[in-house]
Amino acid sequence: MNKNDDKLILGGHEFNSRFILGSGKYSMKLIEAAVRYAGAEIITLAVRRTNSKENENILDHIPEGITLLPNTSGARNADEAVRIARLARELGCGDFVKIEIMRDSKYLLPDNQETIKATEILAKEGFVVMPYMYPDLNAARDLVNAGAASVMPLASPIGSNKGLSTKDFIQILIDEIDLPIIVDAGIGRPSQACEAMEMGAAAVMSNTALATAGDLPSMAEAFRQAIEAGRKAYLAGLGRVLTRGASPSDSLTGFLRD
Amino acid sequence: MDNKYFVDSDKLSEAALKKKHELENNPESRTNHMEYMNGMEQINSDICGKVISEMKSYDYDSYTAADVRSALSHENCTVEDLKALLSPAAEPFLEKMAERARLETQKHFGNTVYLFTPLYIANHCENYCIYCGFNCYNDIKRMKLDMKQLEHEMQVIADSGMEEILILTGESRSKSGVEYIGEACRLARKYFKMVGIEIYPVNTDEYRYLHECGVDYVTVFQETYDSDRYEQLHLMGHKRVWPYRFEAQERALMAGMRGVAGSALLGLSDFRKDALASALHMYYLQRKYPHAEISLSCPRLRPIVNNETINPLDVHERQLCQLLCAYRIFMPFCGITVSTRESETFRNGIVKIAATKVSAGVSTGIGDHESKYTGKENGSEGGDEQFEINDVRSLKKMYDDMSDEGLQPVLNDYLYV
Repeated sequence: MNKNDDKLILGGHEFNSRFILGSGKYSMKLIEAAVRYAGAEIITLAVRRTNSKENENILDHIPEGITLLPNTSGARNADEAVRIARLARELGCGDFVKIEIMRDSKYLLPDNQETIKATEILAKEGFVVMPYMYPDLNAARDLVNAGAASVMPLASPIGSNKGLSTKDFIQILIDEIDLPIIVDAGIGRPSQACEAMEMGAAAVMSNTALATAGDLPSMAEAFRQAIEAGRKAYLAGLGRVLTRGASPSDSLTGFLRD
Repeated sequence: MDNKYFVDSDKLSEAALKKKHELENNPESRTNHMEYMNGMEQINSDICGKVISEMKSYDYDSYTAADVRSALSHENCTVEDLKALLSPAAEPFLEKMAERARLETQKHFGNTVYLFTPLYIANHCENYCIYCGFNCYNDIKRMKLDMKQLEHEMQVIADSGMEEILILTGESRSKSGVEYIGEACRLARKYFKMVGIEIYPVNTDEYRYLHECGVDYVTVFQETYDSDRYEQLHLMGHKRVWPYRFEAQERALMAGMRGVAGSALLGLSDFRKDALASALHMYYLQRKYPHAEISLSCPRLRPIVNNETINPLDVHERQLCQLLCAYRIFMPFCGITVSTRESETFRNGIVKIAATKVSAGVSTGIGDHESKYTGKENGSEGGDEQFEINDVRSLKKMYDDMSDEGLQPVLNDYLYV
């Protein structure tokens, strides 16, 4: 594949960057630097935090040309998530929405069943729906049928920086689901982001790994490089797969004559 | 009993004084504090039993430095680890505990710090809690804001930029009924994005009504989890009933509230046992109601009007910091609130380690926000304060100070949907 054609496509929109930035855990004045060093084109924002009156508003810190990905954090069921998504659109945050539905305040694990319901409703309303989910193949297939634009399985519990604890199950999603698989939550180091990309993930999302770093812009840059390297390796790997499928010089069936 | 808490006002009638002294001196004259009064709902819950059995068997002197090291080496903090971290053996490890706590706080909350302010709407009280400034025998100016005064107070606070408010009352069902509080909360929703309450415990149907009025967060302090000590401190009134208070948060969650907060008032009794019980109370609530947001506070006793001898006993800042680090390591996801009972220096430090929420622009008096916020006297007299605060910073000052500390002040993190 021509490198320049390697785009991430979400709901008909094309992106060059495969690094999605979270925004909730570090100061807003760092957002601009984070976006720049990360080379990010998509940044999430919690709708529940956007509507402050006079003080700092995250919307004021998002550089132009960046796609906002409002999330429904705080929603405990499909109904609440749907209402938050509609509010985000009314606030002018665009048509993208990341669905986060949690009924667990300790681990913040997503509720797949409610997420499928919300995805179906919002996709019908024209949203580009990106659901955060626990990597379960059946749930992922239901999300595809519900009209999701991507599937966002968690690598580890959110905020844990533990890396690809669910690696085997994410690989199954990558192998079986025809939508972009974006690894979300739990990625703590650039090497882990690189590994996810080598597996064939379409993109990686990270927030805590940057927020807890000593130097946020440098860490953002390290992630960008790791994600690019992982993507290149994955594309290069595709070549190896094709080679493996071709006939070796000493063919096992070379003796066949007629 | 600590007789230093007893103060007789010269304005009390002879009959009132007689009753007060009888309550203070003759335990037989007091009602059974473990028995529910008429109208108090009883729920079927095993949380209290679990918390109290852990607390009673907690022998904090039995823990050693090795137990603390082991606790700090574990990725997940068990109840046994928590006990070690709350013990005197952990005091020499305070810096290590703070490092671990800071990491957990950063992982779960990033660099955010939530700001809010309390609004006392009435200070009438029917209880005799001997350490509290609002107690019914204390000679203070009593006041209950009417809806017009309430709206004015809320406007003044909202104008300062505050978006989350905590509505508080003294504990008087007759003077400040549930409907009055509900109306106040409806009004508060006009001016604030998030409304919490810290009022007397009520039944599930009443919490449901308050939730419909816009309340989403319920704070109740158990004061002390040692029910025998509780009996000696809460001599009269509804508040005397210890188990009804213990179950308040659970009733609130059953009524659909999003979150609850609680704690002992540190210094009333053995603070290490009370800290363990506070943490476990919230821990078991979250296990039973996994969707609930839970939060711990850490109030220490403060001097009150007419009685300056009330102090937090042996809970000094080092101990308080130890408890908060232990809470954070045990429950990384739990909100931790530090009030203006603590000093500016302490609060600036602890938000970088464990606390996630601090109040600002605080008055614990009634109806005095305008004079406190703008210096303008409105001619009417306010009601006296519940206790003396320590950190007097305004919202703006707090916002700027938190930003200067490298933190991200958040005024609202919730959306009513």
